[in-house]
Amino acid sequence: MAYKRNIDRLPIPPRDAKVQNVVCHFCIVGCGYHAVSWPVDRQGGPRPDQNLFGEDLGQQQGADAGAWFSPSMYNVVKQDGRDVHLVVMPDKDCVVNSGLGSIRGARIGELSHSAVTGTLRDRLTEPMVWRYGVPTPTSWDDAIGLAAEVTRRVVEAQGEDGLIVSAYDHGGAGGGYENTWATGKLYFESMKVKNIRIHNRPAYNSEVHGTRDMGVGELNNCYEDAELADTIFVVGANPLETQTNYFLNHWVPNLRGTSLDKKKAEFGNEPVAPGRIVVVDPRRTPTIAACEVEAGKENVLHLAINSGTDLALFNAIFTEIAAKGWLDRAFIGASTTGFDEAVRANQTSIEEAARLTGLSPEDIRKAAAWIAEPKQGGARRRTMFAYEKGLIWGNDNYRTNQALVNVALATGNVGRPGGGCVRLGGHQEGYSRPDYPGGRPAPYVDQLLIGGQGGVHHVWGCDHFKTTLNAAEFKRAYKRRTDLVKAAMDSVPASDREAQVRAIMEAIRQGGLFVVNVDIVPTQIGSCAHVVLPAATSGEMNLTSMNGERRMRLTERYMDPPGSALPDCLIAARLAQALERSWRAAGKADVADRFKGYDWRTEEDAFNDGYRQHEKGGQFVTYARLRAMGTNGFQEPATGLEGAGPVAAGTTTGGTPGMVVQGPATEATRGKEVAQQAGANTGPSAAAPQTGGTERIIGTKRLYADGKFNTSDGKAKFAAAQWRGLQAEGKQAEKDKFRFLVNNGRANHVWQSVYLDQHNEFVRDRFPFPYLQVNPADMAELGLKEGDLVEVYNDSGSTQAMVWPTLSARRNETFMLFAFPSGAVGNVVSKGVNEFVIPNYKQSWGNIRKLADAPEATRKLSFKAQEYQAS
Amino acid sequence: MKRCDALVDAGRRSFFARTAAVAAGAAAATTVAGEPAKAAPALALIEYPTRKLANLRDLKVNEPLDIGYPDDQSPGVLLKLGTRVEGGAGPDGDVVAFSTLCPHKGYPLNYSAGDKTLNCPGHYSRFDCERGGLEIWGHATQNLAQFRLRVDEAGDVHAVAVDELIYGRLSNVLQG
Repeated sequence: MAYKRNIDRLPIPPRDAKVQNVVCHFCIVGCGYHAVSWPVDRQGGPRPDQNLFGEDLGQQQGADAGAWFSPSMYNVVKQDGRDVHLVVMPDKDCVVNSGLGSIRGARIGELSHSAVTGTLRDRLTEPMVWRYGVPTPTSWDDAIGLAAEVTRRVVEAQGEDGLIVSAYDHGGAGGGYENTWATGKLYFESMKVKNIRIHNRPAYNSEVHGTRDMGVGELNNCYEDAELADTIFVVGANPLETQTNYFLNHWVPNLRGTSLDKKKAEFGNEPVAPGRIVVVDPRRTPTIAACEVEAGKENVLHLAINSGTDLALFNAIFTEIAAKGWLDRAFIGASTTGFDEAVRANQTSIEEAARLTGLSPEDIRKAAAWIAEPKQGGARRRTMFAYEKGLIWGNDNYRTNQALVNVALATGNVGRPGGGCVRLGGHQEGYSRPDYPGGRPAPYVDQLLIGGQGGVHHVWGCDHFKTTLNAAEFKRAYKRRTDLVKAAMDSVPASDREAQVRAIMEAIRQGGLFVVNVDIVPTQIGSCAHVVLPAATSGEMNLTSMNGERRMRLTERYMDPPGSALPDCLIAARLAQALERSWRAAGKADVADRFKGYDWRTEEDAFNDGYRQHEKGGQFVTYARLRAMGTNGFQEPATGLEGAGPVAAGTTTGGTPGMVVQGPATEATRGKEVAQQAGANTGPSAAAPQTGGTERIIGTKRLYADGKFNTSDGKAKFAAAQWRGLQAEGKQAEKDKFRFLVNNGRANHVWQSVYLDQHNEFVRDRFPFPYLQVNPADMAELGLKEGDLVEVYNDSGSTQAMVWPTLSARRNETFMLFAFPSGAVGNVVSKGVNEFVIPNYKQSWGNIRKLADAPEATRKLSFKAQEYQAS
Repeated sequence: MKRCDALVDAGRRSFFARTAAVAAGAAAATTVAGEPAKAAPALALIEYPTRKLANLRDLKVNEPLDIGYPDDQSPGVLLKLGTRVEGGAGPDGDVVAFSTLCPHKGYPLNYSAGDKTLNCPGHYSRFDCERGGLEIWGHATQNLAQFRLRVDEAGDVHAVAVDELIYGRLSNVLQG
């Protein structure tokens, strides 16, 4: 039977329940929620005067009720040491989600640590050190002291290249401004660490170097643009499942035609109609089915390309619209350079693209027309371009990204209402760090680790065993190296610190690797660690981030972290201080002095040290103001305060606080404008407003609305981006050798690497294994039935999945859930990357064979079609 | 939803003598100053009403029958699936009943006889009637509330309990 909670009622929040701002810490959309809490020994009642909502709860509530919460939103947690009832429920007044909760965010309550209800009891609660053959709890000073001592000695022996770091660099539970700043300050300012990678890619690079090099930051529009666009052109993305409430609350109204009034109000006499959508994806996703339900099939164009051929399609569209003259000549002239050269360089006929992509020439022409053919009366068609992992983790990332931006620029669709050329994003963003000291391309860190380089590895909130490419080889090498150190530690008494460190250093000299792992839950890579440090997550600390339209909010601390877990920023501070002590004890006072400046008591201190002093407009942003602005916050960059007026509107100026620094886009920008350089007019100067007030912050609705871009001359650059087949080394040979495309990605039920969901019975019951969608005819040939366990294998490795028969799956093309603990698709993703070390997860090929008949856990499941059935 | 209207009408006439909901849970007790506080008695579980939904002979395979449980304000569907399922009632083990309020946002679910699923027109969630209301795909954070059934010797089908919180109520049996 399906998992049921058998909960027949829930406590009612009393009138005076505490209400705090929460932004969902999972995906980039950043839906607004409220944390409602009240003492565990109190409750409200059903009468309107007895409950927080002021509603008669003795009556059935209607659809979209503001006064109902599900059992998954409820828990009993600790708040300032006392047990309280907690409900984390969607906020109807948040413009992002308007009260919608996704299957992920609406479980935040249940995914909280509770000693009372037992949820997430697997959270890390105490620091641990590898002792007596197991991870053994100890004190913070003891664990961090060992981590610092070994780190210092490795750096002494090997230089800072001997320290390898894996660290999140996003927002929400994937970082946040407080935590990215603290880790960035430690590794890029106190040290100059080059060998660092990010949670989902094996180097310290941007996933969108392509668009940034053209002067176009990747998060340049606002969510309202999806309501205003004539056409949405979406590439390699499945937003219904991965940006759920952005799609439901902003795309669907356009497709349904219910945003027409908004269009009329915005565009005056310009002809408007319900939106059309073009989806470029080899797979028919639930998004496409939903688009057809809302817009009608005639307004949905699914371009089911051959996997990895996006670039050829974009160049053909670019060529076609140039030939037809469907261009924004005024914009091209005033705001761009290199158009004519790019048209020549990227010349691709419709027929050539049809041959490469497998599409019909008619469909390619239709896509070009939907994007760019002028509307009645000659008005420019407003098209929003959106892309995500299908492009980012697909073939020839850099050029493909640029080929798409070419089309957006040629049609004048950046910085304009109803436009934008944006990545859809994964996590929220929350990047604030000193400049990365390494170069471009950045070192391929996984290859360093596999190749025996480095002596110490600091891992912050990453689980490469589930999420990296070439994962099978990575795991083998990593286990071998870390086991050397474990054996060394087991060989001497734990209490003899000097003997421990000597033994560890000797193991490192013999190829061993010492690992310090900071996380909120035990991870697969963490099983190799020698020091494990427990971190707090969003809501257990105050945390700021921005969403996919640069909307910055503060999630307030509404509960205590479990055990002695700490915010990452304070862990980084403790580590820095321990490193200072270690260097000083070693007689290196000059090095020790580099680790000063971490005397933060709270996460707000880290925020004030980092974001406020280093991010553009940061001087206007305070916790007090963010708290007052609730779940709507403001859109970065901040340009001033209401009442005082904008200090500097627009996006490309420079000079004084509030203005925007000109210059090359740095890696620090993460879709925003150029980051300010530390120390240059950026601190809370005498001219900056005081921090105590709650004035409303003025933000920036769209980037580049002034037609000026992130380049030295302020003009966006068209790019030459020629087709060159499957770019990453070994991909074509893999395709030739193995039968099945192993496309991969996300599912609605699951967030990221399942790190919390794997502890949640509702999800674990539904997906005990990652699913592999297979065409039923292929299944028949392989002798497979639904729910069977299969092995997927190729020359890179092998992994397992459960079979989901899928009529809409094309023959020989499968789709597997990404980053699953019980079957990592990364095992069969080859090590081939692009010139900037961006992995290519999507173009993977393998063979399939049966491991076992459907086990008990899958036999009870439903493998019916995912697509909505109207009747 | 495709329904057999005649059956629905017949059903409406034959049941739904409104059952008095047994108030359970804590009443909000107010204490007058100076008086000793009196604890309001509360049971650990809700007392569900037993409610006759239909007789087996009213049911046709794969034709949904509108019902309400625990009261009229909580719409549901009674189904004879035609194949035995876990949790199915009746001599063939194939009679099931579910809430038809989507546990995501409370929109009314449509029955798709083609694949025996309940579907939400609001946000496309889907629940499998042959798998205890398992959410096949969707946004709800719970599988669909199923009404536990008891079939008596006369073939009358009674609903007796619910296994998940019904959308739009913080107590499955309304209080207050």
